Amino acid sequence: MYTFNHKDLLGIDQLSVGDINMILDTADAFLEISSRDIKKVPTLRGKSIINFFYEPSTITKASFEMAAKRLSADTLSLSANESSMAKGETLIDTAQNLQAMNPDIIVLRHPSSGAPHFLAKHLEAGVINAGDGMHEHPSQALLDLFTIRKKKGRIKGLRVVIIGDIAHSRVAGSDIRALKKMGAEVTVSGPPTMIPTDVASLGTQVVLDPVRALKNKDVIMMLRIQLERQSGILFPSLREYSNFFGLNKELLKGAKKDVIIMHPGPINRGVEITGDVADGPFSVILDQVSNGVAIRMALLYLLIGGE
Amino acid sequence: MITWIKGGDVIDPRLGTQKKLDILISKGRIEKLFTPGSFQPPGGGDIKTVDASGMFVTPGLIDMHVHFREPGEEYKETIASGSTAAAAGGFTAVACMPNTNPVNDSRSVTEFVLERARKANVVRVYPVAAISKGQKGESLTEFGDLKQAGAVAVSDDGRPVTSSELMRRAIEYARFFQLPVISHCQDLSLSSEGVMHEGSISTRLGLRGIPAATEEIMVVRDILLAKLTGYPVHIAHVSTEGSVTFIRQAKEEGIPVTAETAPHYFSLDHTAVIGYDTNAKMNPPLREPKDVDAIKRGLSEGVIDVIATDHAPHSPLEKDVEFDKASFGIIGLETALPLTLALVREGVMDLPGAIAKLSHNPAAILNTKGGVIEEGKEADLTIIDFSKEYVFTEERIKSKSHNSPFIGVKMKGMAVLTMVKGRIVWESNELNPGS
Repeated sequence: MYTFNHKDLLGIDQLSVGDINMILDTADAFLEISSRDIKKVPTLRGKSIINFFYEPSTITKASFEMAAKRLSADTLSLSANESSMAKGETLIDTAQNLQAMNPDIIVLRHPSSGAPHFLAKHLEAGVINAGDGMHEHPSQALLDLFTIRKKKGRIKGLRVVIIGDIAHSRVAGSDIRALKKMGAEVTVSGPPTMIPTDVASLGTQVVLDPVRALKNKDVIMMLRIQLERQSGILFPSLREYSNFFGLNKELLKGAKKDVIIMHPGPINRGVEITGDVADGPFSVILDQVSNGVAIRMALLYLLIGGE
Repeated sequence: MITWIKGGDVIDPRLGTQKKLDILISKGRIEKLFTPGSFQPPGGGDIKTVDASGMFVTPGLIDMHVHFREPGEEYKETIASGSTAAAAGGFTAVACMPNTNPVNDSRSVTEFVLERARKANVVRVYPVAAISKGQKGESLTEFGDLKQAGAVAVSDDGRPVTSSELMRRAIEYARFFQLPVISHCQDLSLSSEGVMHEGSISTRLGLRGIPAATEEIMVVRDILLAKLTGYPVHIAHVSTEGSVTFIRQAKEEGIPVTAETAPHYFSLDHTAVIGYDTNAKMNPPLREPKDVDAIKRGLSEGVIDVIATDHAPHSPLEKDVEFDKASFGIIGLETALPLTLALVREGVMDLPGAIAKLSHNPAAILNTKGGVIEEGKEADLTIIDFSKEYVFTEERIKSKSHNSPFIGVKMKGMAVLTMVKGRIVWESNELNPGS
């Protein structure tokens, strides 16, 4: 039988195709629990999980907490403004203090790329990267793969376009790696100021204009424009961004008839995606959220519930 | 007392030669250089012999770019601890950059640095004074007073002069006092919040990039200012292929410009950052393999005149943190020599050429003593075991800080004895044990 042999989930690079298939298959099994009347199994009873969020988050934090609770783990969620980081404590001190409480898993979101790797080096507890800087957000990519597989029946050979701020997006960072690993073809699209240096080294194609980029694609992934990036250096205004890089009904006319539209949320309605498209028939955005809980249940289970 | 260094191969970097010579040292000076056997030193008790057979004897190494953190951050390095590290690395003189706290922008700080160096009494310490008051890039420091106090050069290293006009005036004004101007080339607006070289690895790691152009823009600016003013500019820590190209072109046109690089720029590339190792974080950042090749070519062709360490000690407080929050810089005094000797083995430079970049050339640029082995000159010497193999371990480090990406790396070649003004300031127990 295939065994999942990891202490931490820091990024997609560490996972093999077999690992990913196992995570998706396990999530499939867990998906049903969320539809039950009593949405709880005793699998992780007695385990403790700390959700440590140095950046604001609603969906990811709620999803991890929900996943842990449905598996009967004890959870504790900390965010930056209530943590000792606000008091100037260093990450290494925080790590050592948390370790002293002997948790099984720490789910970390942090504005610094590599912070989970740093933490994992200093902790016995497992670390799940719930988003580090501009680097990776592996559980998001896994739930995206899961959603694509459920909707399309496969991942291999599909054509996927990711549109938006590729350079600063950890979602793109993980999705590109995960999709490539599973045999999909990935194109990135967006303003040149938001395309990373040497993006070809990630194995993607670049088609800057979304009008051309989304042709013949099976999946369109829109990225959130971070409103705090509105300094006027990367793009002049939200209005112009939405005019040239936002997904709307008109633009969608050029897409395949069976395309699915994804977005990691939370969406900026009217900026990178119009409300009618986000709520429309091609959108699977809310499925992503439901699937996210199952993926995170699978991750927690595989990391600490396996024995 | 007389010291007799016997049987070594003496390197003269100025002539590019290597000869078996014995050296007699008396009252801090080289009294006599002679072919072994051709002269019998007077017998008697007060003579110390150093057996240098199988070793190279070179002019004392000079590092024209170090950061000793005194005053202000003595927990990272003091002038005394830095001097000891320098001696252990084979250096007999170092030039200390002014970005201390307070900044060395006044006679009192310059004199303080010299006083501490005198107290430590290990290697020669040359203060480099700031170009602008407080390194703020707004107004010039008192170059004349600073020179009289003992400063050997001016530089706003670490916080480069953004204003082209101020830089122009600094170069013009420095000419009157014959003070070398050392420029840290970085367009701060372009490097922005970057923490590593911008390229495939920064993309992979999700770290903000510092493009090569960040350095090259300012290299070109400073070359043009050297041309405009007709007075030399020395470019610090060159890290990119483009910089080498522009400096080569400037030299061909006769523009007075000199340049240095640091051992990490020819020993490591940006892949060292993978794993978010903060000891691979420095400014300028580790670049790409093509840049490393260009730096080596620059050294080989004489485009780059000097190898300097940019020795930048930091404690775990600054380094054992998230990568983007970590301070830039690594220590380098104790690894510079073996890393340079590796280039000699590679065939990039011959040994006299490499030693020139570590002694004669920095002395010439800074107008200081040293860099030669001649009768009558003060005896600043380094004895090098070219073939000694060892692992560079944390326990060996004499610097107060241990932030080095070379810990655990196998090295070949070391300074086994360092002598300043005829006095032995470092002697490895690995020098002919028992002699």
